[in-house]
Parts: sequence; C-alpha cells; structure tokens
Amino acid sequence: MQSVGVMLCVALLSFSLFNFVGDPINNMVGEETSTEERAELRETLGLNDPIHIQFGRFVVNAAQFNFGKSYQLRRPVSELIAERMPATLELVIASSILALGFGVFLGVYTGINRTGVLSNIILFVSLAGVSLPTFVIGILFIYIFAVILGVLPSFGRGEVVQIGFWSTGLLTASGLKALILPSLTLSLFQMTYIIRLVRAEIMEILQTDYIKFARARGISNRSIYFGHALRNSLIPVVTIAGINIGTLVAFSIITETVFQWPGMGFLFIQAVKFVDIPIMSAYLVFIALVFVAINFIVDILYFLIDPRLRTKSENRDG
Amino acid sequence: MADRYAGLIHRIRDSDIFHSFIHSPTALISSCLLVVILLTSFLCEFVAPHDPFTPASLSLMDAFTPPFWAEDGSMVFLFGTDGQGRDLLSAILYGTRISLIVGFSAILFSVIFGVSLGLTAGYFGGRYETVIMRLADVQLTIPSILMALLVDGVVRGIISRELHDEVAIYVLIFAIGISEWPQFARVARGATLVEKNKDYISAARIIGLPNRLIMFKHILPNILRPILVIGTIGLALAILAESTLSFLGVGVPPTTPSLGTLIRLGNDFLFSGEWWISFFPSFFLVILAFSINLLGDWMRDTLNPKIN
Amino acid sequence: MDFLEITNLNISYPTRRLLVAAVQDVSFSVRKGEILGLVGESGSGKSTIGRAILGLLDEPGKIEGGTIQLENHDLADPATEISSFRGKRIGLIFQDPQTSLNPVMTIGEQLIETIQTHLQLDANEARKRAVALLDDVGIINADARFNDYPHQFSGGMRQRVVIALALCADPDILIADEPTTALDVSIQSQILALLQKLKADRNLAVILITHDMAVISEVADRVVVLKDGRIVEMGAPAAVLGTPSQTYTKSLVSSVPPTDRRIDRFPIMGAEQNHAADHNLKILNRWQLQKNTGASLVRVEALSKSFSGEGFMRIGTNEPVHAVRNVSFEIREGESFGLVGESGSGKSTIAKMIVRLIEPTSGAIFFEQDDITTLDGPALLAFRRKIQMVFQDPYSSLNGRMKIKNIIAEPILHHNARLERADIDHYVDDLLAAVDLPASSKERYPHEFSGGQRQRISIARALATQPKLLVCDEPTSALDVSIQAQILNLLKDLQEKLGLTILFISHDLPVVRQMCDRIAVLKDGAVCEIAAAEQLFASPEHSYSQHLLNSMPKFQP
Repeated sequence: MQSVGVMLCVALLSFSLFNFVGDPINNMVGEETSTEERAELRETLGLNDPIHIQFGRFVVNAAQFNFGKSYQLRRPVSELIAERMPATLELVIASSILALGFGVFLGVYTGINRTGVLSNIILFVSLAGVSLPTFVIGILFIYIFAVILGVLPSFGRGEVVQIGFWSTGLLTASGLKALILPSLTLSLFQMTYIIRLVRAEIMEILQTDYIKFARARGISNRSIYFGHALRNSLIPVVTIAGINIGTLVAFSIITETVFQWPGMGFLFIQAVKFVDIPIMSAYLVFIALVFVAINFIVDILYFLIDPRLRTKSENRDG
Repeated sequence: MADRYAGLIHRIRDSDIFHSFIHSPTALISSCLLVVILLTSFLCEFVAPHDPFTPASLSLMDAFTPPFWAEDGSMVFLFGTDGQGRDLLSAILYGTRISLIVGFSAILFSVIFGVSLGLTAGYFGGRYETVIMRLADVQLTIPSILMALLVDGVVRGIISRELHDEVAIYVLIFAIGISEWPQFARVARGATLVEKNKDYISAARIIGLPNRLIMFKHILPNILRPILVIGTIGLALAILAESTLSFLGVGVPPTTPSLGTLIRLGNDFLFSGEWWISFFPSFFLVILAFSINLLGDWMRDTLNPKIN
Repeated sequence: MDFLEITNLNISYPTRRLLVAAVQDVSFSVRKGEILGLVGESGSGKSTIGRAILGLLDEPGKIEGGTIQLENHDLADPATEISSFRGKRIGLIFQDPQTSLNPVMTIGEQLIETIQTHLQLDANEARKRAVALLDDVGIINADARFNDYPHQFSGGMRQRVVIALALCADPDILIADEPTTALDVSIQSQILALLQKLKADRNLAVILITHDMAVISEVADRVVVLKDGRIVEMGAPAAVLGTPSQTYTKSLVSSVPPTDRRIDRFPIMGAEQNHAADHNLKILNRWQLQKNTGASLVRVEALSKSFSGEGFMRIGTNEPVHAVRNVSFEIREGESFGLVGESGSGKSTIAKMIVRLIEPTSGAIFFEQDDITTLDGPALLAFRRKIQMVFQDPYSSLNGRMKIKNIIAEPILHHNARLERADIDHYVDDLLAAVDLPASSKERYPHEFSGGQRQRISIARALATQPKLLVCDEPTSALDVSIQAQILNLLKDLQEKLGLTILFISHDLPVVRQMCDRIAVLKDGAVCEIAAAEQLFASPEHSYSQHLLNSMPKFQP
C-alpha cells in the first residue's frame, strides 16, 4: 500500500542525504588519513558500487536499524537512538494526553456555549497560546517555577529506572517532577490549536439539517450535544488527534532543547548543527515510521467510525 | 480614472466586510498594532535610539543595564542592555524587521507555490492532481519545523560554512516556505474543485476560453478568501517558526539577529538575574504573533459564509 | 373544529440595515384530518411560519406579535415551554432527506431515541413501535433494514424514514416543509399518497408548505396563498385556484404551465409587464438571420458515456456508471427539442456532450454535418460560436467578481478580439435590451440582481456570439413560477425572432409541453420514446412515459 511507498521515498531521501551531502569518507576520517587509506575505506564500505546496490544495502541495513556510526560522537547511531527514545516517547505520550484531553473537552465546551463569558476567556487564552512559541513558554515556565518558586527542576529527567532496554522516569518522584514542566510546555501550543479546531467542527455540525431536525423532534439538548454532535465530530477529531501526535514528536525537539531533556530531538538538533548525516538520516526514517504508523491507525479508526466507509450506499429509488 | 477609484472606495465603504471591520474592536486594535510594529521596525534606522550593531558604538560599561524603571536603569537605554552594552530596544526593532522579512517572504513563497500547484491540480485533475495531493499529504504529516530543519541541515551539508552565513536568510526563507506549501495547496485545490463545478466556469469553457485564462481570471479571484485567512495565520506561524529555528541556533546567522536569536542569547542570563535580556524580545515576539493571529481570527470569522 | 389557530402573526428579521418583515399579520387555522396548503413564491414567508410554530426560527428571526393557539396554549408566547410540543404534539419535516438524517447513526437508533424521548417504553417495546412505524410509512422489510444507515436508502425511502421519525410520538399536527421538492416526480407522487393515507389513518392536521401549485391542487383540502409575508387569498383549492379573486393569485395561477394543453405564451398580468412581443430587438440589426430549412442541425448517433467508479468509498463501488447508453436522436433547424427524464436519466450528460464540456465514451455527434467530437483548434473555435448554453442555477452561472458588461462582452471579445470598445458597449446594450434589462445594468455586479434577472443576463451572454443552437439545461427549475413564466416567454420570443434552435432539458413535464415541439423521454441513460409533444402527452407509447405522465401532479383546480 501507500505506506510502503512513503517509507521507500523517505528511505531514498535518507540515502541521498547520506551519500550526496558532503563526502561520507571525509566526514568519517581525520585529516591525517592518507589517500590510499581513504580509497581502501571507500572500497570496504562499498561506496564504489553502483547506486542501486548501495540503496538496496541501505534499505536492508535500515530495516535492521543499522545506520552506521555518528560522525561526531563516533558511536553507532542505533545505539544512540535506542538510548534516547524512551525519554522522547514518555514526554510525547504525557503531552498528548494533556493536549488531547483538555483540548477536546474545552473545544466542545466552547463550541456549544458560543457566547458565554467563560468561553470567551478560554478562546482569548487559546489565541494567546497559539501566539506563544513553544520555547518562550518553556523559558517562562522555567523562570517561574524553577528560578522564582524553585519547586520544579529546570533541566534533565530526574532519576530514571531501567526496565530492560527502556529507561523510565515515571517510577521516581524526581522523574515525575521533571516531566511536568516539559510536558506542559509541549502540550500547550497543541492544546490551544486543538481547542480551536474542535470548536470550529462542533459549530459547523450544530448548523446541519439533521441537528435541526433532531431539535424539531424534541430531542433534548443534552442528547443532541453528546449523542449526535459528539459522535459526528469524532471523525475530524480523530484526524486532528493523529496529526497532533505527529506534531508533538517534532515539537519535542524544541522542548528537549529548552529543558535539556535527553531525548532524540536534542540529538537531532546537535546533528543538524554539526552536519552529522547518519543521525539525521536515521531520525528521518524513524519519524517517517512513526507517522506512517499513526496514519495507519487513523485510517483504521476512520473505518470503524464512519459507517459510510463500511457499507455501500444506495442511490437508486426502487 | 478618478471615478473608477471613487467607485471602488464606495464599494469598500458600503461592503459588509468594512462594516464589521470598523465595528470590531479586535480587528481595529490588531491592525493598528501591526501598522505600528511594521512602521517602526522597517524604519528602524530612523526610529531606534541606538545602533546596536556597530561595535564601535558599544561600550562594555553600559552592559547589563536594567530597564528604565529599575534601580540602575536609565532613560537612555529604555529596556536595558545586554552583555555587550547593546540597547535592547534598538536590537528588538532591528530583530523584528528581520523576523518580519523572513516570515513574510517565506509565506509569500509558500502561497505562490502552494496556490499554483493546488489550483492547477484541482483544475486539471487526473494523475497530476493525485501526485501533487499525495505529495502534499505526505509532507503534511511531517510538521513544518521538522521540514525546515531538514532542509536547513541538508543545505548546510552541501555548501560551505562561509557561504552558508551569507545566504542563510534565503535558505531560511526557502526552508520555511517549503514547509508550509502543502496547506495552501490543499485549500486552493479544495476551493478550485468547488468553483470548477459551478456553472460560470462551464460557461467560460463553452465560450472557448483557454484553460490558463479560466484558471487565473475566473477561478483565482474566487478562491482568494480562504487563502487569505490561512495566509494570515500562516504568517504568524512562519514568524514563530523563524524565531524557533533561530532560537535553536539554526536560523539566521548571528550577525543579523532576529527576535529568536536575541531570546537565545538572553536565555543564558536568565538564572543570573538579568531577566530583561530575554524577556523583552519574547514579549515583542508574542505581541507580534498575537496581533497577526487576532487579525487572522477576525478574518476567518467574517469571511466564512458557513458559520454566522 | 379548528385545532391550531394562528392570529395576526408578525415575524421579523432584524438585519444590519433594516428590519425585514418576514411575516405580517397572518391569520389562519388548521383542522384535524385536513391538509392545509401554504403556497407562495420565495420570500412569501411560508417556511418561516412553519418554523415559527415550533419556535425554530433561524437567528435573528423573532416573533414580534400575534398568537399561535393550540388548544389552550399559545405557542407564540415566549413563556410557553415550546420544547415540550416538539415531536410530541407537532412534527416537522424538512425538504432534503439526505441532510435530515444523522449519517453515523442507524435509522433504528434514531427512531428509538426519538420514541424514548417522548414515551416511557423500554428498548424492546420501542423497537417494536419503531418497526411498526416503518411499516406504516411503506418501508419494505422494515425489520431487516432496522440497523441500516441512512446512506443505504434511496432518496424516496429516506423521506419515508424522515416522516416516520416525525410521527414517533403520535403528534396531532404534521408540518411538511417542501417534502417532495427534492424528489423525482414518480417518488413525489408516492410520498404525497403516503401523506394523504397518514392524514386519514391518524386524523392528522397537516400543514403542507410548497411552491408547487400542482401539488396543492392535487392533495390540499384548503389553500392559503402568501406573498411577501401577507395572506393574499385563502379557501378551497377549487375556488382559490380555479376562480381566484385577487390579482396576484390570478397571475400566479396563469403562470403555472398547464398540463392538459399547449398555449402560445403564458399570459402575464399586472401593470409592470409590457405587451407580449415588445422586446427591444435592436439586436436584430446585428443578427445574421438565416432561413431555417428544417434540415438536420444536430444528429446524435449511438452516443454513450460511462464514468469509472469513483468517490470516497473504499468498498465495492468501482463499477462503472453508465450514464448514457446508445442514445440517438436528431434536432432540426428552428425547432425546440426536449430531453425529459428523472434524475439519473442522463439528460444533462447528453447536453454536456453536445456542447463538448465532456467527451463521449463512444458514438458520434454531428453538428451541421461535422462530427464535433473530432474538432480541434480553429474549427473548434468556430463551433463554439454556434452553440451556447443557459444553466440551471442563476447563482453560480455568473462570476460574482465581474461586472455584467464584462461577463457579456467576454465571449464577444474572445471570438472578435479586434472590435472597438465603444462598439462592444453598444452591442452589450442591445443584448441587455433584448432580454428586457436596462442598459444601466452593465455597470453592476451579479449579486445586485434577482434570480430571474440573472437568468436573463445568462441568456444575454449566450446570445452574444449569435449561436444557432441554444442549449437550455433546466433554465427555470430554480425560479419562482411567475418568474419562470416570464423567462419561458422570453425564450419563446427570442426563438421566434432570432430563428434559434433550442435543446430544452428538464424534468418538469408541463414546462416541456409548453416549450417543445418534439420530445425524447429518457430513463437510465437510454431513450424510451421520441415523439411530437402533443402526441406524447395525448397517447404515450412506452410504459415509462405512461408512468411519468401518470405520476405528474396535475394542476386541475
């Protein structure tokens, strides 16, 4: 299906990065290496083989999570990523729960109560939220809670517990404390975005004929909001949720930088600054994998939610 | 000639949009704010009290001066100075200009690129449309920050460091622009599909007008409204994107700092008490984004025929 | 006994500029066991009244005064708990069954929800009642289809479901707002029959809101005629429609295309209308009139069009849709040829192929002996000059951003780039005069004109290149009946004076009878019958034609 196509595209991009952006050999060895040694290295690495063979090798390697060694840190990329992945994932999951939970709830509330005072306050705050870049929010939080109030840590992950290959910060008090500010920061921008989107959806649904007809049949407001409107808004909300989780993964780069959270995003920024191609291309493939997975799940959810996708529609009058 | 403009002004004055503009406090306030910001930043050479970028005019004696209302502050440096004696207010004005230039150009690029692709895709349909929309969809799943970072990283790898500093601004504009085009293409294509099915387009085709003419003379003016709304909000996003990238250290070169760069530089001093160095640039950045968003919000509400 | 009594009802919509009085001083009553028809053109306030009864006016509408008396409750009084009447005492159904049902809930769920809102029944009993309702409205296999979704039903079936939903709690009054306007003629007659049966079985008081005079004539027991928010006339249909006393009613009635005979022109009454053929036809000076020989102008041979399955469905629907199957007919110079059929008959598709908006899958179309499907370049341009089209929707057939003069001048300029500006302006003036619009119109924008005026502009634009064939695709279906009469008269006059050949597409049989010399009846993309108009209506040969003519509501006051 198209997911495979997307992955291949991304792999191609990654591969091109690897091979064509700068000379891999030059990046890997020091200046003292002689020309013969470089040629030898080239041969060993198979860089003289035709392009499609190199690409094939790349894909095979990638499938086994082998991306070579980081230019800068001189350690295998897969190791680096495995080390940092839990940190990023815990952060992203915590933020998603916050963003989606509050976002959808407040979005529905302001969609239904279009003119209430509380609604307007929420909307105003959400507008401010969309105007505040994530890093500003992070800095603000650090300043208030870490510098002035001193209640929450301003960097790092706190103590972590190692379970198998996964290091979690959720089981320690300091780990949880350290998670609060970064996840709040990360979720705020997205939360406000979700509020506005959900609100727009709800308002549109409330204008439809079937809602008017339901009213005309005497269905109570409660049933209309929670039975009809909410059910119909599930489809766009699922879309929004899907995109949102993806965005969170990307924006985690910023949050990790501000809070020095040892995740993949932080790794990636360093890689961009130092043109550390293996990490960049590995990150690219990983991100693509995440997005493809999310899209896939969203598609399945669509299928389950929207009956029109499950059954044929009947158009001819008998 | 004169009465053509008089007629236009009359139409504008009578129109519903103008009416709600005048009567909407948010629209008025935000546009006034924006005009002020635009003027002061683009005329910064005349408006700014100091020149923060000529090393000769800086004096380390002035470094770390707090804002004028604090104990050691002075009216000379209204918002204080940074670690090298640069006047923060002036730096902010210059920085705002950079942010605006990058943000605006990026969005302009995005709009032109995205709308052209979306319009033609929607009009011609077929394989061409499928390919473009797939591309847009795939790219939409990649958040723009990531996209911009990737593009920037790739370019860095390709060209040398000195050259990169010179063209960094263009690279940044391109990176941000490329990251935002899918949403314009999507909206343009959707709106084109709606217009394409309307009878006046069929009439134009029956007259025998060439496709080029139909697209740009008939369809384009009628799809501008949603594009305008998204463009305004996109402008805010582009400005925030630029400042984020500069904050992360991969945006504009340090020689022409934007608001994001200033915030990053000021961040180091946050813990040692010189809070104003990163506070004021942040504040102005937020005000800028906020006004644009307010305006965009008002536009979306007035120009939307569905939600009354 | 008068069950619902409305006295001096006043409803207004405060807009930015002025207070629009939607309904003024309206008084009438409805009895149980009768169908009261509320008839009027757009802006008459009929729909507004229907919604006001249930307190469902769209913002910012509000009831300014008057009473709506139901037994001893005044529904217009803001103190009354209007929500307790909705669905329970009064049911309301809308025009479009497709958008009236929630697409993600099964019809069973929607029925049970409504039933349980009003009656204290447990799930089992509610379901039984729901199935009984579905049976009553004529849904076959009601029990099996209980868990189906709305999109799995056809349009007519959906409207039956909608009616069932409105009757869940056994209301005494049913308000039906244009219940059959969105349906095909054959389905329409079924739904009307259903409404009559339900009225009789349940002793309902039915308020039927419609613009269709023929429908009123067929099913209404009493009629109220509205214009601009006021009652013009009311009484039994035979009286009001047969021997109207008011001028407006008279002109309304005379605008209705008769179903039993062909008339030359629709008689237009009233001060504002000029004498019949009094169009300022200076356009004739520019027109190269040719003698119409009766030779074949358009010949369609074995025309077919299939669309490959598309749409957002993921399952199953990749079967091709055969919109047009092997259609052949001929249009002669100077005649008016009609294509008649219900939705899905392919009539619009055929028209679009003749003007080369879409390409046929197979077959040939000859125009003046040339196969137009193979034309290209300058030959295509020459062809485009000779055929023009008038569309159904007056609101989307003009580019809202262009001035009228540019809209009309565009085809002229495209074919004659070298004309002088002043000359073009005069030409545009003449065209506007030919459709009875003042020359000042050319400086204005489409949104400043009404639907009927916009259609006139469309016709002016179509005439700009002096076409030989004018294709009219449902040109009056979206217009009020009185405006329709004017436009149809205009088309007849223009055809006569300018020697046009007209291809007239419509689903409206009475209109077609008035406008066309010969008619082709289409069903599911194939031709059923081609005959001269009078012969078709007098003695149709094909069973489908007979069925269509029988289903057609007849205006027989």
